[in-house]
Amino acid sequence: TMNSCKGISARLVLVRRFVSTCTRQNTSTRVGIVGSGPAGFYTAHHLIKHNSNLHVDIFDRLPIPFGLVRYGVAPDHPDVKNVINQFSVLAESERCRFIGNVSLGKDITLAQLQPFYHALVLAYGADDDTFLRVPGEDLDGVLSARAFVGWYNGLPEHAHLNPDLSGDTAVIIGQGNVAIDVARMLLTPINILETTDICEHALEAFRKSSVRRVWLVGRRGPLQVAFTIKEFREMTKLPECLAVLDRADFEGVRELPADMPRPRKRLTELLVKTADAVGSEPATGSRKEWGLRFLRSPVAFLCDQQRRKVSGVKLEINKLEGDPLSARAVGTGHFETLDCSLALRSIGYKTKPVDKDVPFDLKGSIIPNLNGYVSTGLYCSGWVKTGPIGVILSTMNDAFETADTILNDLQHGNLPTPSDSGDVLELLFTLPGLHPTSFSDWKLIDQVEQSHGRPKGKPREKVTSLEMMMNIIRTHSAQN
Amino acid sequence: MAALLSSVVRKAPIALSHLLRRSVTGEPSAFSPIVSIALRWSAKGTNNRRIHSESCLHHGEYEWKDPKSPDEIVNVTFIDKDGQPRQVKGKVGDNILYLAHRHRIELEGACEASLACTTCHVYVDGEHLSKLQNATEEEEDLLDLAPCLAENSRLGCQIILTKELEGITLTVPKITRNFYVDGHVPQPH
Repeated sequence: TMNSCKGISARLVLVRRFVSTCTRQNTSTRVGIVGSGPAGFYTAHHLIKHNSNLHVDIFDRLPIPFGLVRYGVAPDHPDVKNVINQFSVLAESERCRFIGNVSLGKDITLAQLQPFYHALVLAYGADDDTFLRVPGEDLDGVLSARAFVGWYNGLPEHAHLNPDLSGDTAVIIGQGNVAIDVARMLLTPINILETTDICEHALEAFRKSSVRRVWLVGRRGPLQVAFTIKEFREMTKLPECLAVLDRADFEGVRELPADMPRPRKRLTELLVKTADAVGSEPATGSRKEWGLRFLRSPVAFLCDQQRRKVSGVKLEINKLEGDPLSARAVGTGHFETLDCSLALRSIGYKTKPVDKDVPFDLKGSIIPNLNGYVSTGLYCSGWVKTGPIGVILSTMNDAFETADTILNDLQHGNLPTPSDSGDVLELLFTLPGLHPTSFSDWKLIDQVEQSHGRPKGKPREKVTSLEMMMNIIRTHSAQN
Repeated sequence: MAALLSSVVRKAPIALSHLLRRSVTGEPSAFSPIVSIALRWSAKGTNNRRIHSESCLHHGEYEWKDPKSPDEIVNVTFIDKDGQPRQVKGKVGDNILYLAHRHRIELEGACEASLACTTCHVYVDGEHLSKLQNATEEEEDLLDLAPCLAENSRLGCQIILTKELEGITLTVPKITRNFYVDGHVPQPH
């Protein structure tokens, strides 16, 4: 009887949290979306806007929503996160429901989920790494930039990364916006970081950090850098920090073809200008520096004989072949070594297959699709569809495209009828060990985070453990 | 259980006060514990929704106010994503992004006008392009990320209406194909 009482009260607790967000009628179109980052929310936004008889459930493997907006965008870029306001209004609207702490592939299969929906959209992004596959990649101190970003942003699975910041030089392999974010976080004065939503454990580590030099290493040249001008310009303006670019690297790019696209042209001009300014600024007061190393590919990470800790990276020097806009790096057989105490791999995120029933292109690491259509009633949106490149704008446009594909299929009667007319929550409650969370639960955690951040002058102090998140939710339920 | 609760929810908007009265008077009801929890929870949800939508309207409140006099009026034409012209009456001081939102023109503003995204990218007609204040370096850097960037590209959230901009035409970039082959125009939600 004890168990059945516990069972009943547990079910009460669970169901009531979802109750007022669910006003579905049985005749409406039901769409399920797996992933609550920008791709998931923008797909939902577009669907709900263009069809007044449509309901959306947005799932996430974490108990709380927003994906990379919360865990990928850097703490010192709070305005990029303003989009959360729009997503929150949507999540609290009558035709949208957030269901967290449910992982496709681990807690539930596609075959179990699909019967509840006319259309199911996979928007779960890319939470794996592209590896270099060189010797020494498994040494202490060789980390994934993606994990490092997760660490300072409080992603629970990376909360205990514990990077060693006790040396003076960090090398980042890769020259994209993630690499720049990591470099900037390593070099930003601590008083600036202190008023952001960076996690306390990372702030402590940065306070004690002795890293004062960061190299971003790319296998090609200045015309192939993947970072964008806003991020690069921000680096050039970092307080108490010098850009150390080698003028020699830019000899071939001072004269640019007239038909070069504007974004590449402006960025290259700024790179050249920055390189030309090196040496003309007073060096006093600059305790930190950063630089770009071009035409270098890592072939091995090195360590001391005694310890399995990285001490440097061996690089092969490349030359470029082909025209500037599609140049390839080719090794020359000449090598050099760069000393470092920390190495970060930032050569791309990667999507992984999560369910055997989802078609997957292993080579391209995406779900094969046509404008978001995968198979009958199955669609995809965001990085699982396009590959892990692009800012919120491009993901938004892509999400709208998938939503339009779904709306078109709905209009033409091409969506399957759900074989289960019940509520997916009824199934979720029967699965052992599953504790789905609602948007209201996120709001509880949101309040806790803000109230913990306020005394420290931070917008929030993120909860970085899944256990603590669930405790907050359970405690509140018990009290009410 | 779920069927029970969904029936409560369907009736809730109409029967809220009735159900409250029942639980207050202590009339026997097999449903009352569930109902009272649901009521407390749905009331909380409504309150929070109100607070949230208020804070979202804080940006763009000015654009919701009508012009106080004909002198203030600035006529603006938006060409929407489907190529349809929409003529609206703005006023001096209006932010183009929020004016578009007031008139339900589909122009996204993900970062809420803080120069941290490119979702409000618009094309400005030739005659008025030169009358705009020059884009800041920050805006130019962001425009570099806009798809189909053109000479007359600007960020909508950086355009503030003046009398000089009377008759300005702003075109929202076409991103996706128009699927509605029967001419159906999607209605704003």
